[in-house]
Amino acid sequence: MTEDRKTPLHDEHVALGATLTGFGGWLMPLRYTSDLAEHRAVRSAAGLFDLSHMGEIHLTGPQAGAALDRALVGRASAIGVGRARYSMICAPDGAVLDDLIVYRLADEHFLVVANAGNAVRVSAALIERAEGFDAVVDDRSDATALIAVQGPRAEDVLASLTAPDDVGTVRAMKYYAWASATVTGIEALVARTGYTGEDGFELFVPAERAVELWRALLAAGQDDGLVPAGLSARDSLRLEAGMPLYGHELDETTTPFEAGLGRVVKLDKTADDGAPLPFVGREALEARAHSAPARVLVGLRGEGRRPARAGHDVVRRGLEGGVGAVVGAVTSGLPSPTLGYPVAMAYVTPEVSAPGTELAVDVRGRAEPFVVVDLPFYQRA
Amino acid sequence: MADFPAALHYSAEHEWVDDASPATVGVTSVAADALGDVVYLELPEVGATIEAGSVVGEIESTKSVSELYSPVSGTVVEVNDAAVEDPALVNSDPFGAGWLFKVDVTSRGALLSAEEYAAEAG
Repeated sequence: MTEDRKTPLHDEHVALGATLTGFGGWLMPLRYTSDLAEHRAVRSAAGLFDLSHMGEIHLTGPQAGAALDRALVGRASAIGVGRARYSMICAPDGAVLDDLIVYRLADEHFLVVANAGNAVRVSAALIERAEGFDAVVDDRSDATALIAVQGPRAEDVLASLTAPDDVGTVRAMKYYAWASATVTGIEALVARTGYTGEDGFELFVPAERAVELWRALLAAGQDDGLVPAGLSARDSLRLEAGMPLYGHELDETTTPFEAGLGRVVKLDKTADDGAPLPFVGREALEARAHSAPARVLVGLRGEGRRPARAGHDVVRRGLEGGVGAVVGAVTSGLPSPTLGYPVAMAYVTPEVSAPGTELAVDVRGRAEPFVVVDLPFYQRA
Repeated sequence: MADFPAALHYSAEHEWVDDASPATVGVTSVAADALGDVVYLELPEVGATIEAGSVVGEIESTKSVSELYSPVSGTVVEVNDAAVEDPALVNSDPFGAGWLFKVDVTSRGALLSAEEYAAEAG
Protein backbone atom coordinates (compact mmCIF):
# COMPACT_ATOMS: atom_id res chain seq x y z
CA MET A 1 0.00 0.00 0.00
CA THR A 2 1.67 3.20 -1.10
CA GLU A 3 0.95 6.43 0.65
CA ASP A 4 -1.09 9.12 -1.10
CA ARG A 5 1.05 11.87 -2.58
CA LYS A 6 0.74 15.48 -1.46
CA THR A 7 0.48 18.47 -3.77
CA PRO A 8 2.63 21.60 -3.31
CA LEU A 9 -0.45 23.15 -1.65
CA HIS A 10 -0.95 20.44 0.96
CA ASP A 11 0.08 22.63 3.91
CA GLU A 12 -2.29 25.37 2.72
CA HIS A 13 -5.21 22.92 2.76
CA VAL A 14 -4.32 21.76 6.26
CA ALA A 15 -4.02 25.35 7.48
CA LEU A 16 -7.45 26.10 6.01
CA GLY A 17 -8.91 23.20 7.99
CA ALA A 18 -9.72 21.02 4.99
CA THR A 19 -11.07 17.50 5.31
CA LEU A 20 -8.67 15.45 3.20
CA THR A 21 -9.37 12.38 1.10
CA GLY A 22 -7.45 10.00 -1.13
CA PHE A 23 -8.14 10.50 -4.82
CA GLY A 24 -6.24 9.04 -7.76
CA GLY A 25 -3.22 8.33 -5.55
CA TRP A 26 -3.21 11.84 -4.07
CA LEU A 27 -4.27 13.29 -0.74
CA MET A 28 -6.67 16.06 -1.73
CA PRO A 29 -9.06 18.47 -0.01
CA LEU A 30 -12.58 17.02 -0.01
CA ARG A 31 -14.09 20.15 1.51
CA TYR A 32 -12.91 23.11 3.53
CA THR A 33 -16.18 24.02 5.27
CA SER A 34 -19.33 22.85 3.51
CA ASP A 35 -19.79 21.05 0.18
CA LEU A 36 -22.94 23.02 -0.51
CA ALA A 37 -21.47 26.41 0.38
CA GLU A 38 -18.44 25.76 -1.84
CA HIS A 39 -20.66 24.59 -4.69
CA ARG A 40 -22.87 27.66 -4.41
CA ALA A 41 -19.89 30.01 -4.20
CA VAL A 42 -18.68 28.73 -7.58
CA ARG A 43 -22.13 29.20 -9.12
CA SER A 44 -22.64 32.68 -7.68
CA ALA A 45 -19.14 34.12 -7.11
CA ALA A 46 -15.94 32.09 -7.42
CA GLY A 47 -14.12 29.06 -6.10
CA LEU A 48 -10.43 28.20 -5.93
CA PHE A 49 -9.35 24.62 -6.66
CA ASP A 50 -6.04 22.83 -6.27
CA LEU A 51 -5.73 20.58 -9.33
CA SER A 52 -2.03 19.88 -8.94
CA HIS A 53 -2.80 16.15 -8.89
CA MET A 54 -3.51 16.28 -12.62
CA GLY A 55 -0.79 15.14 -15.02
CA GLU A 56 0.99 17.55 -17.37
CA ILE A 57 2.75 15.80 -20.23
CA HIS A 58 4.60 17.84 -22.83
CA LEU A 59 5.34 16.78 -26.40
CA THR A 60 7.89 18.75 -28.36
CA GLY A 61 9.54 18.39 -31.75
CA PRO A 62 8.79 18.70 -35.46
CA GLN A 63 6.48 15.67 -35.34
CA ALA A 64 4.84 16.30 -31.97
CA GLY A 65 1.49 16.94 -33.65
CA ALA A 66 1.79 13.89 -35.87
CA ALA A 67 2.67 11.74 -32.86
CA LEU A 68 -0.45 12.92 -31.04
CA ASP A 69 -2.60 12.36 -34.13
CA ARG A 70 -1.39 8.77 -33.94
CA ALA A 71 -1.77 8.43 -30.17
CA LEU A 72 -5.15 10.12 -29.57
CA VAL A 73 -8.59 9.87 -31.14
CA GLY A 74 -8.65 13.57 -32.04
CA ARG A 75 -6.61 15.61 -34.46
CA ALA A 76 -4.09 17.50 -32.34
CA SER A 77 -2.22 18.82 -35.37
CA ALA A 78 -5.34 20.78 -36.35
CA ILE A 79 -5.40 22.70 -33.04
CA GLY A 80 -4.26 26.28 -33.52
CA VAL A 81 -1.48 27.67 -31.35
CA GLY A 82 -3.20 29.32 -28.40
CA ARG A 83 -6.13 26.92 -28.42
CA ALA A 84 -7.08 23.74 -26.57
CA ARG A 85 -9.29 20.75 -27.26
CA TYR A 86 -10.98 17.96 -25.32
CA SER A 87 -9.79 14.55 -26.47
CA MET A 88 -9.31 10.94 -25.44
CA ILE A 89 -6.67 8.27 -25.53
CA CYS A 90 -8.01 4.82 -26.33
CA ALA A 91 -6.68 1.27 -26.26
CA PRO A 92 -6.40 -0.68 -29.52
CA ASP A 93 -9.82 -2.23 -28.74
CA GLY A 94 -11.40 1.24 -28.47
CA ALA A 95 -11.64 1.32 -24.67
CA VAL A 96 -11.12 4.74 -23.11
CA LEU A 97 -7.78 4.94 -21.25
CA ASP A 98 -8.33 8.56 -20.25
CA ASP A 99 -10.03 11.76 -21.26
CA LEU A 100 -7.65 14.67 -21.80
CA ILE A 101 -7.28 18.29 -22.69
CA VAL A 102 -4.66 19.02 -25.34
CA TYR A 103 -3.20 22.53 -25.50
CA ARG A 104 -1.10 23.67 -28.43
CA LEU A 105 1.61 25.82 -26.88
CA ALA A 106 3.62 26.37 -30.09
CA ASP A 107 3.90 24.87 -33.56
CA GLU A 108 6.07 22.11 -32.19
CA HIS A 109 4.92 22.01 -28.58
CA PHE A 110 1.79 20.43 -27.08
CA LEU A 111 0.63 20.03 -23.48
CA VAL A 112 -1.54 17.02 -22.64
CA VAL A 113 -3.39 17.22 -19.31
CA ALA A 114 -4.38 13.83 -17.94
CA ASN A 115 -6.42 12.75 -14.92
CA ALA A 116 -4.42 12.15 -11.75
CA GLY A 117 -5.06 8.43 -11.53
CA ASN A 118 -4.20 7.90 -15.20
CA ALA A 119 -1.25 10.26 -15.64
CA VAL A 120 1.44 7.60 -15.37
CA ARG A 121 -0.11 5.24 -17.88
CA VAL A 122 -1.00 8.08 -20.27
CA SER A 123 2.59 9.23 -20.14
CA ALA A 124 3.81 5.68 -20.78
CA ALA A 125 1.37 5.22 -23.67
CA LEU A 126 2.42 8.51 -25.25
CA ILE A 127 6.10 7.55 -25.05
CA GLU A 128 5.34 4.21 -26.67
CA ARG A 129 3.08 5.65 -29.35
CA ALA A 130 5.49 8.50 -30.18
CA GLU A 131 8.21 6.03 -31.07
CA GLY A 132 9.40 6.55 -34.62
CA PHE A 133 8.23 10.18 -34.62
CA ASP A 134 10.60 13.10 -34.26
CA ALA A 135 9.07 14.11 -30.93
CA VAL A 136 10.04 14.07 -27.27
CA VAL A 137 7.59 13.17 -24.50
CA ASP A 138 8.31 14.87 -21.18
CA ASP A 139 6.11 14.25 -18.13
CA ARG A 140 6.39 17.48 -16.11
CA SER A 141 3.61 16.64 -13.66
CA ASP A 142 5.85 16.84 -10.58
CA ALA A 143 7.26 20.23 -11.51
CA THR A 144 3.87 21.72 -12.37
CA ALA A 145 1.11 23.02 -10.11
CA LEU A 146 -2.39 23.63 -11.45
CA ILE A 147 -4.77 26.03 -9.75
CA ALA A 148 -8.27 26.74 -11.05
CA VAL A 149 -10.36 29.81 -10.33
CA GLN A 150 -13.92 29.19 -11.44
CA GLY A 151 -17.15 31.13 -11.29
CA PRO A 152 -18.75 34.34 -12.57
CA ARG A 153 -16.25 36.48 -10.59
CA ALA A 154 -13.21 34.49 -11.75
CA GLU A 155 -12.27 36.89 -14.55
CA ASP A 156 -12.29 39.95 -12.29
CA VAL A 157 -10.35 38.21 -9.53
CA LEU A 158 -7.71 36.98 -11.97
CA ALA A 159 -7.52 40.33 -13.77
CA SER A 160 -6.86 42.12 -10.48
CA LEU A 161 -3.64 40.14 -10.08
CA THR A 162 -2.55 40.17 -13.71
CA ALA A 163 0.24 42.41 -15.00
CA PRO A 164 -1.23 45.46 -16.79
CA ASP A 165 0.19 44.35 -20.14
CA ASP A 166 -1.61 41.00 -19.89
CA VAL A 167 -4.99 42.05 -18.49
CA GLY A 168 -6.49 42.65 -21.93
CA THR A 169 -5.35 39.22 -23.10
CA VAL A 170 -6.87 37.50 -20.08
CA ARG A 171 -10.18 39.32 -20.37
CA ALA A 172 -10.47 38.71 -24.11
CA MET A 173 -9.49 35.05 -23.89
CA LYS A 174 -11.98 32.66 -25.45
CA TYR A 175 -13.25 29.40 -23.96
CA TYR A 176 -10.73 26.59 -24.59
CA ALA A 177 -7.95 29.08 -25.34
CA TRP A 178 -4.80 29.86 -23.35
CA ALA A 179 -2.09 32.54 -23.10
CA SER A 180 1.03 33.28 -21.11
CA ALA A 181 0.42 35.93 -18.48
CA THR A 182 2.19 37.31 -15.46
CA VAL A 183 -0.06 36.83 -12.45
CA THR A 184 1.06 38.37 -9.16
CA GLY A 185 4.58 38.34 -10.59
CA ILE A 186 4.48 34.67 -11.59
CA GLU A 187 4.82 33.50 -15.19
CA ALA A 188 1.71 31.41 -15.70
CA LEU A 189 0.10 29.50 -18.51
CA VAL A 190 -3.48 30.75 -18.18
CA ALA A 191 -6.22 28.72 -19.85
CA ARG A 192 -9.93 29.45 -20.04
CA THR A 193 -10.96 25.91 -19.28
CA GLY A 194 -12.70 24.21 -16.39
CA TYR A 195 -14.87 21.44 -15.05
CA THR A 196 -17.64 23.30 -13.29
CA GLY A 197 -20.04 24.57 -15.93
CA GLU A 198 -19.04 28.15 -15.08
CA ASP A 199 -16.68 30.61 -16.68
CA GLY A 200 -13.23 30.27 -15.23
CA PHE A 201 -9.52 29.79 -15.65
CA GLU A 202 -6.89 27.16 -14.98
CA LEU A 203 -3.38 28.37 -14.17
CA PHE A 204 -0.32 26.20 -14.72
CA VAL A 205 2.66 27.42 -12.73
CA PRO A 206 5.96 25.99 -11.47
CA ALA A 207 5.31 23.90 -8.36
CA GLU A 208 7.54 26.14 -6.24
CA ARG A 209 5.34 29.17 -6.95
CA ALA A 210 2.04 27.44 -6.16
CA VAL A 211 1.70 28.61 -2.56
CA GLU A 212 2.36 32.22 -3.51
CA LEU A 213 -0.26 32.14 -6.28
CA TRP A 214 -2.83 30.31 -4.14
CA ARG A 215 -2.54 32.84 -1.32
CA ALA A 216 -2.68 35.79 -3.69
CA LEU A 217 -5.83 34.50 -5.39
CA LEU A 218 -7.52 33.76 -2.04
CA ALA A 219 -6.75 37.26 -0.80
CA ALA A 220 -7.68 38.99 -4.05
CA GLY A 221 -10.99 37.18 -4.26
CA GLN A 222 -12.08 37.65 -0.69
CA ASP A 223 -14.29 40.66 -1.35
CA ASP A 224 -15.78 38.94 -4.41
CA GLY A 225 -16.93 35.94 -2.39
CA LEU A 226 -14.21 33.56 -3.62
CA VAL A 227 -13.69 30.54 -1.36
CA PRO A 228 -11.41 27.51 -1.58
CA ALA A 229 -13.42 24.58 -2.91
CA GLY A 230 -12.77 20.87 -2.54
CA LEU A 231 -13.28 17.74 -4.62
CA SER A 232 -16.80 17.29 -3.31
CA ALA A 233 -17.93 20.60 -4.82
CA ARG A 234 -15.93 19.86 -7.96
CA ASP A 235 -17.85 16.60 -8.35
CA SER A 236 -21.30 18.12 -7.83
CA LEU A 237 -20.47 21.03 -10.15
CA ARG A 238 -19.27 18.82 -13.00
CA LEU A 239 -22.22 16.48 -12.59
CA GLU A 240 -24.73 19.33 -12.87
CA ALA A 241 -22.82 20.43 -15.97
CA GLY A 242 -23.14 16.90 -17.42
CA MET A 243 -19.39 16.37 -17.64
CA PRO A 244 -18.02 12.83 -17.42
CA LEU A 245 -15.64 11.74 -14.67
CA TYR A 246 -13.10 9.07 -15.52
CA GLY A 247 -13.76 6.03 -13.36
CA HIS A 248 -17.49 6.75 -13.42
CA GLU A 249 -18.89 7.63 -16.84
CA LEU A 250 -15.68 6.64 -18.63
CA ASP A 251 -13.42 3.68 -18.06
CA GLU A 252 -11.79 0.80 -19.88
CA THR A 253 -15.16 -0.86 -20.47
CA THR A 254 -16.68 2.17 -22.22
CA THR A 255 -16.19 3.58 -25.68
CA PRO A 256 -16.52 7.28 -26.54
CA PHE A 257 -19.70 6.49 -28.49
CA GLU A 258 -21.52 4.98 -25.52
CA ALA A 259 -20.59 8.05 -23.49
CA GLY A 260 -22.18 10.30 -26.12
CA LEU A 261 -18.73 11.66 -26.95
CA GLY A 262 -18.32 10.16 -30.42
CA ARG A 263 -17.70 13.67 -31.73
CA VAL A 264 -14.18 13.63 -30.27
CA VAL A 265 -13.27 10.58 -32.38
CA LYS A 266 -12.01 11.96 -35.67
CA LEU A 267 -12.49 9.02 -38.01
CA ASP A 268 -12.19 11.45 -40.91
CA LYS A 269 -8.66 12.51 -40.03
CA THR A 270 -6.41 12.11 -43.03
CA ALA A 271 -2.76 12.40 -43.86
CA ASP A 272 -1.51 15.18 -46.15
CA ASP A 273 -2.03 12.89 -49.14
CA GLY A 274 -5.68 12.38 -48.20
CA ALA A 275 -5.28 8.80 -46.98
CA PRO A 276 -7.03 7.91 -43.71
CA LEU A 277 -4.64 8.58 -40.83
CA PRO A 278 -4.06 5.54 -38.63
CA PHE A 279 -4.44 6.05 -34.89
CA VAL A 280 -4.54 3.67 -31.96
CA GLY A 281 -8.03 2.23 -31.64
CA ARG A 282 -9.13 3.32 -35.09
CA GLU A 283 -10.37 -0.05 -36.42
CA ALA A 284 -12.32 -0.88 -33.28
CA LEU A 285 -13.84 2.59 -33.05
CA GLU A 286 -14.75 2.61 -36.73
CA ALA A 287 -16.76 -0.58 -36.20
CA ARG A 288 -18.41 0.93 -33.11
CA ALA A 289 -19.27 4.14 -34.93
CA HIS A 290 -21.37 2.22 -37.43
CA SER A 291 -23.21 -0.03 -35.00
CA ALA A 292 -25.76 0.96 -32.37
CA PRO A 293 -24.19 0.96 -28.90
CA ALA A 294 -25.53 -1.61 -26.44
CA ARG A 295 -25.98 1.10 -23.82
CA VAL A 296 -25.97 4.88 -23.76
CA LEU A 297 -25.22 7.51 -21.17
CA VAL A 298 -28.26 9.49 -20.06
CA GLY A 299 -29.20 12.09 -17.49
CA LEU A 300 -31.75 11.15 -14.84
CA ARG A 301 -33.81 13.60 -12.85
CA GLY A 302 -35.26 12.39 -9.55
CA GLU A 303 -38.96 12.95 -8.92
CA GLY A 304 -38.57 12.28 -5.22
CA ARG A 305 -35.97 13.56 -2.82
CA ARG A 306 -33.81 10.52 -2.36
CA PRO A 307 -30.63 10.64 -4.47
CA ALA A 308 -29.35 7.75 -6.55
CA ARG A 309 -25.69 6.84 -6.15
CA ALA A 310 -23.02 5.31 -8.36
CA GLY A 311 -23.56 1.56 -8.65
CA HIS A 312 -27.31 1.55 -8.10
CA ASP A 313 -29.38 -0.34 -10.67
CA VAL A 314 -31.60 1.61 -13.04
CA VAL A 315 -34.86 -0.31 -13.35
CA ARG A 316 -38.22 -0.15 -15.04
CA ARG A 317 -41.02 1.01 -12.82
CA GLY A 318 -42.67 -2.10 -11.42
CA LEU A 319 -46.23 -2.69 -10.28
CA GLU A 320 -47.38 -0.49 -7.39
CA GLY A 321 -44.14 1.45 -7.33
CA GLY A 322 -41.99 -1.66 -7.07
CA VAL A 323 -38.64 -2.47 -8.58
CA GLY A 324 -38.93 -3.70 -12.19
CA ALA A 325 -36.43 -5.20 -14.61
CA VAL A 326 -32.88 -3.85 -14.58
CA VAL A 327 -32.15 -1.63 -17.62
CA GLY A 328 -28.92 0.04 -16.57
CA ALA A 329 -26.67 1.35 -13.82
CA VAL A 330 -26.02 4.73 -12.22
CA THR A 331 -22.47 6.06 -12.74
CA SER A 332 -22.77 9.27 -10.68
CA GLY A 333 -25.57 10.68 -8.60
CA LEU A 334 -26.28 13.21 -5.91
CA PRO A 335 -28.82 15.81 -4.85
CA SER A 336 -28.21 18.79 -7.11
CA PRO A 337 -27.37 21.79 -4.92
CA THR A 338 -28.33 24.25 -7.65
CA LEU A 339 -31.51 22.58 -8.89
CA GLY A 340 -32.84 21.20 -5.62
CA TYR A 341 -33.64 17.69 -6.88
CA PRO A 342 -31.59 14.51 -7.31
CA VAL A 343 -29.61 14.19 -10.53
CA ALA A 344 -27.71 11.22 -11.87
CA MET A 345 -25.91 9.97 -14.92
CA ALA A 346 -26.44 6.37 -15.91
CA TYR A 347 -25.80 3.86 -18.67
CA VAL A 348 -29.09 2.39 -19.89
CA THR A 349 -30.20 0.24 -22.79
CA PRO A 350 -31.08 2.30 -25.88
CA GLU A 351 -34.82 1.53 -25.78
CA VAL A 352 -35.24 3.39 -22.48
CA SER A 353 -32.86 6.26 -23.27
CA ALA A 354 -35.26 8.79 -24.79
CA PRO A 355 -35.82 11.96 -22.74
CA GLY A 356 -39.10 11.70 -20.86
CA THR A 357 -38.82 7.95 -20.29
CA GLU A 358 -40.05 7.17 -16.79
CA LEU A 359 -37.66 4.85 -14.96
CA ALA A 360 -36.69 4.18 -11.38
CA VAL A 361 -33.48 3.61 -9.45
CA ASP A 362 -33.20 0.76 -6.98
CA VAL A 363 -32.03 2.63 -3.90
CA ARG A 364 -31.34 -0.11 -1.39
CA GLY A 365 -34.42 -2.08 -2.33
CA ARG A 366 -36.78 0.80 -2.93
CA ALA A 367 -37.77 2.07 -6.37
CA GLU A 368 -37.15 5.79 -6.45
CA PRO A 369 -38.78 7.41 -9.50
CA PHE A 370 -36.46 9.06 -12.03
CA VAL A 371 -37.07 10.46 -15.52
CA VAL A 372 -34.61 10.51 -18.43
CA VAL A 373 -33.62 14.10 -19.27
CA ASP A 374 -31.21 15.80 -21.65
CA LEU A 375 -27.71 16.65 -20.42
CA PRO A 376 -26.48 18.95 -19.05
CA PHE A 377 -28.74 19.41 -16.05
CA TYR A 378 -27.43 22.91 -15.56
CA GLN A 379 -26.24 25.50 -18.05
CA ARG A 380 -25.08 28.93 -17.03
CA ALA A 381 -27.07 31.87 -18.32
CA MET B 1 -12.89 20.07 21.79
CA ALA B 2 -16.60 19.82 21.11
CA ASP B 3 -19.19 20.62 23.77
CA PHE B 4 -21.78 17.97 24.45
CA PRO B 5 -24.88 18.77 26.52
CA ALA B 6 -24.40 17.13 29.94
CA ALA B 7 -28.09 16.24 30.31
CA LEU B 8 -28.03 13.92 27.29
CA HIS B 9 -26.94 10.29 26.89
CA TYR B 10 -24.83 9.17 23.96
CA SER B 11 -24.28 6.05 21.89
CA ALA B 12 -21.03 4.94 20.30
CA GLU B 13 -22.79 5.39 16.93
CA HIS B 14 -23.07 9.14 17.65
CA GLU B 15 -26.74 9.34 18.55
CA TRP B 16 -28.01 11.21 21.59
CA VAL B 17 -31.17 10.71 23.66
CA ASP B 18 -32.64 12.73 26.52
CA ASP B 19 -34.38 11.66 29.76
CA ALA B 20 -37.81 12.98 28.85
CA SER B 21 -40.85 10.83 28.25
CA PRO B 22 -41.22 10.36 25.36
CA ALA B 23 -37.48 10.62 24.78
CA THR B 24 -36.03 12.68 21.95
CA VAL B 25 -33.32 11.18 19.73
CA GLY B 26 -30.84 12.95 17.44
CA VAL B 27 -27.31 12.67 16.12
CA THR B 28 -24.38 14.45 17.71
CA SER B 29 -22.35 17.34 16.34
CA VAL B 30 -19.52 14.85 15.77
CA ALA B 31 -21.73 12.85 13.41
CA ALA B 32 -23.07 15.98 11.74
CA ASP B 33 -19.57 17.30 11.10
CA ALA B 34 -18.30 13.99 9.82
CA LEU B 35 -21.22 13.55 7.45
CA GLY B 36 -20.87 16.93 5.80
CA ASP B 37 -24.01 18.64 4.53
CA VAL B 38 -27.02 16.47 5.30
CA VAL B 39 -29.42 16.45 2.36
CA TYR B 40 -31.86 13.62 3.04
CA LEU B 41 -33.29 11.90 6.10
CA GLU B 42 -35.00 8.55 6.16
CA LEU B 43 -36.64 8.30 9.60
CA PRO B 44 -38.67 5.49 11.18
CA GLU B 45 -42.44 5.73 10.86
CA VAL B 46 -44.63 6.88 13.71
CA GLY B 47 -45.94 3.77 15.43
CA ALA B 48 -42.90 1.66 14.51
CA THR B 49 -41.39 -0.54 17.20
CA ILE B 50 -37.64 -0.07 17.29
CA GLU B 51 -34.81 -1.73 19.11
CA ALA B 52 -31.72 -0.21 20.68
CA GLY B 53 -28.69 -0.74 18.47
CA SER B 54 -30.68 -1.57 15.35
CA VAL B 55 -30.81 0.41 12.12
CA VAL B 56 -33.92 2.58 12.02
CA GLY B 57 -33.18 4.94 9.14
CA GLU B 58 -30.59 6.65 6.98
CA ILE B 59 -28.83 9.95 6.87
CA GLU B 60 -27.57 11.06 3.46
CA SER B 61 -25.08 13.82 2.99
CA THR B 62 -23.90 15.24 -0.32
CA LYS B 63 -21.21 12.57 -0.50
CA SER B 64 -22.34 9.59 1.53
CA VAL B 65 -25.09 7.54 3.11
CA SER B 66 -24.94 6.54 6.79
CA GLU B 67 -27.18 4.29 8.77
CA LEU B 68 -29.12 5.70 11.68
CA TYR B 69 -29.13 3.54 14.82
CA SER B 70 -31.56 3.89 17.67
CA PRO B 71 -29.99 4.30 21.12
CA VAL B 72 -33.21 3.10 22.78
CA SER B 73 -35.98 0.50 22.38
CA GLY B 74 -39.63 1.46 22.25
CA THR B 75 -42.32 2.89 20.00
CA VAL B 76 -41.80 5.90 17.74
CA VAL B 77 -44.39 8.55 18.60
CA GLU B 78 -43.19 11.51 16.53
CA VAL B 79 -40.67 12.37 13.82
CA ASN B 80 -39.20 15.79 13.15
CA ASP B 81 -40.93 16.82 9.93
CA ALA B 82 -39.09 20.14 9.95
CA ALA B 83 -35.76 18.29 9.73
CA VAL B 84 -37.09 16.00 6.99
CA GLU B 85 -38.08 19.12 5.05
CA ASP B 86 -34.82 20.93 5.82
CA PRO B 87 -32.10 18.37 6.64
CA ALA B 88 -29.57 21.20 7.05
CA LEU B 89 -31.01 21.58 10.57
CA VAL B 90 -29.03 18.48 11.50
CA ASN B 91 -25.83 20.36 10.67
CA SER B 92 -26.79 23.73 12.09
CA ASP B 93 -28.41 22.58 15.35
CA PRO B 94 -27.87 18.85 15.95
CA PHE B 95 -28.80 18.98 19.65
CA GLY B 96 -31.80 21.29 19.14
CA ALA B 97 -33.92 21.96 16.06
CA GLY B 98 -32.16 19.11 14.27
CA TRP B 99 -33.58 16.37 16.52
CA LEU B 100 -34.84 13.32 14.63
CA PHE B 101 -37.59 11.36 16.40
CA LYS B 102 -39.30 10.74 19.75
CA VAL B 103 -39.74 7.36 21.39
CA ASP B 104 -41.89 5.88 24.14
CA VAL B 105 -38.96 4.10 25.71
CA THR B 106 -39.19 0.52 26.97
CA SER B 107 -35.45 0.05 27.47
CA ARG B 108 -32.18 1.80 26.77
CA GLY B 109 -28.99 0.45 25.25
CA ALA B 110 -25.58 0.88 26.81
CA LEU B 111 -25.19 4.64 26.72
CA LEU B 112 -22.40 7.06 27.56
CA SER B 113 -22.40 10.25 29.58
CA ALA B 114 -21.37 13.48 27.89
CA GLU B 115 -17.96 13.16 29.52
CA GLU B 116 -17.47 9.57 28.41
CA TYR B 117 -18.65 10.39 24.90
CA ALA B 118 -16.31 13.38 24.69
CA ALA B 119 -13.40 11.19 25.75
CA GLU B 120 -14.26 8.71 23.02
CA ALA B 121 -15.41 10.92 20.16
CA GLY B 122 -14.63 14.54 20.98
